[in-house]
Amino acid sequence: MDVILEVKNISKSYEDITVFENLSLTVKKGEVVVIVGPSGCGKSTFLRCINALESIQDGEILLDGEAIDASSKELPRIREKIGMVFQSYDLFPHLTILQNLMLAPVKVKKTPKAEAEKEALSLLDRVGLLSKKDNFPRQLSGGQKQRVAIVRALMMHPEILLLDEITAALDPEMVREVLDVVLSLAKEGRTMVIVTHEMQFARAVADRMVFIDGGKIVEEGSAQEFFDDPKTERLRQFLNSFSYD
Amino acid sequence: MDPEVLRSYVPLYKEAFILTLETGWLGIAIAFAIGIVTAFIMHFRIPVLAKIASVYVELFRNTPLLVQLFFIYFALPKIGISIPARECGAIGLGLLGGSYMAEGIRSGLDAVGTLQEESALALGMSKRQMFMYVIFPEALSISVPGIVANVIFLLKETSVFSAISLMDLMFTAKDLIGLYYDTTEALVLLVVFYIIMLLPVSLLGSIVEKKARYRTLGV
Amino acid sequence: MGFEVLAKGNNALRLLSGLGVAMRISLISVAISIVVGIAIGVIVAGRHPAAFAVFRVYLEIVRIMPQLVLLFIVYFGTTKALGINLDAETASIIVFSFWGCAEMADLVRGALLGIPVIQYESAASLGMPPLMTYRYVIVPQILRRMIPLSINLITRMIKTTSLVMMIGIVEVLKVGQQIIEANRKSSPNAAFGIFATIFFLYFIACWPISRLAAYLEKKWEN
Repeated sequence: MDVILEVKNISKSYEDITVFENLSLTVKKGEVVVIVGPSGCGKSTFLRCINALESIQDGEILLDGEAIDASSKELPRIREKIGMVFQSYDLFPHLTILQNLMLAPVKVKKTPKAEAEKEALSLLDRVGLLSKKDNFPRQLSGGQKQRVAIVRALMMHPEILLLDEITAALDPEMVREVLDVVLSLAKEGRTMVIVTHEMQFARAVADRMVFIDGGKIVEEGSAQEFFDDPKTERLRQFLNSFSYD
Repeated sequence: MDPEVLRSYVPLYKEAFILTLETGWLGIAIAFAIGIVTAFIMHFRIPVLAKIASVYVELFRNTPLLVQLFFIYFALPKIGISIPARECGAIGLGLLGGSYMAEGIRSGLDAVGTLQEESALALGMSKRQMFMYVIFPEALSISVPGIVANVIFLLKETSVFSAISLMDLMFTAKDLIGLYYDTTEALVLLVVFYIIMLLPVSLLGSIVEKKARYRTLGV
Repeated sequence: MGFEVLAKGNNALRLLSGLGVAMRISLISVAISIVVGIAIGVIVAGRHPAAFAVFRVYLEIVRIMPQLVLLFIVYFGTTKALGINLDAETASIIVFSFWGCAEMADLVRGALLGIPVIQYESAASLGMPPLMTYRYVIVPQILRRMIPLSINLITRMIKTTSLVMMIGIVEVLKVGQQIIEANRKSSPNAAFGIFATIFFLYFIACWPISRLAAYLEKKWEN
């Protein structure tokens, strides 16, 4: 399989606090990588570094062999290829759902309006929100908003999707509807890097699991090995913190 | 600037200051009373009265104090209602302020909403107890920043009292400028006395505003 | 009741043209306030400490000084201090703009700083360059917060124009006084009719505008 994303020995620090050092990760086309770890381990920051929302101090990030550089003029063009969905509040509140979906394709990619609309409607239909197309974000539930945010990212035909704790701000009963959408994307072979706290979901969706703790990758492996046969004590403890027996 | 002139003007301003302040605070007290009553009427949608209340609020929020004062002071006597200038100033300020306070307090009452009401009822409080001990205090604390802003606004509005020949700060300044042409001294004292009147309230306002915000956040 | 004086001569028309003067002063001032206020707001939102300190003092002056005091200072004070004879209408526009700019700048600053960082980030992650992000994402949100409040400012300015009679501008109240004065003998009750009419005139000038502001505010709240 072809490599899409290559993260090579990147380091990130704020003034004198090191978030992580020397992290590397390779993602192949069609692969779903799930990153887990305790709060504050740097996993979200790591994800944000991938599309240069955070700058890095060391190392390099290559997408299709092209370097992602926060200071580059080419950054918007490269970011088109990386879809990202955040924890919450990232829909544009002054635009309807349909307008939210069409803005970037029409303005950035110069997709003809009719074409963008057709695609938006079919994607909305797929996530069960076609009837909401003319509503504003404030009229939607948290789960519905997140499904729209995923669709908005898909509208740009990204080569890779980054999902940053997209269910962390949701009520429990809404988590499922959002994760079902992500599962169906995985099934159709989307490349994704996912940061989450939902272990059941991680197990179901991941081709590969990565455990980050203290700014380092402590363990990685297939979902089955990772959950059933953790190699390190730290991962075992971490996984235990999710069970009640 | 002549310090001698300043010194000789100060007693005049002091007198005017006291008059402005007394009339202003009386007006604000009236405004507060009218505001609370009107807010209750509007919040509980009492038939007929609620209609009258909203006409009152719209009418007084959308006209200048000066026009209201002229109406009360010069027009009402023509239909047999004569009110002395000072009372006129206080009543005018009270009516204007009441319409602003009503809006502020009502939105506070509306904001406290049914959730609080339900939890108070669940604690076994009567409707009346619930309103007096839960809803109203909570609504007031939400309205505090608005009320303080209104108080500042109303104290500033006192500057138009001179138009109905109340010998307030503005009147004194205008009089002195007209009589002696010591414009600089007259204006400096005018500014100084308004600072004395408003800066403490404004500073207090910033503090109260922060406190109120913490309270509503439960911090 | 004294309403009959309105029918005499062109009294009604004179009152209306007096209101026109008030409207002219407030509209010019609002226009200046919007343009200059936005510029100041953007500068202050840049969080430069010195700019912010100056702005705080400016805001506090506007917050605590009655507009009438400012009118007196500009109208009487400049003549004395600078030796130039400012006409009353220019003085009013200066004072109203001084006040309006502070309010607009504070609005813009608040609106700019109130937009969550995630809005910029999600636009960026959709591949939108900064200018496009401002054009389609940030500015429309700021306008939605600002427009209702700017409309509100118009009504407050219209109301405050009633003060300019105190520095001798012949606006609606002054015209009213002149009419009452001229008809003292023939219509002793003119004060009632005239002031009731002016009360009503101000109301119909301001009320629709405040309704519009309230409507837009409700429509656009997120």
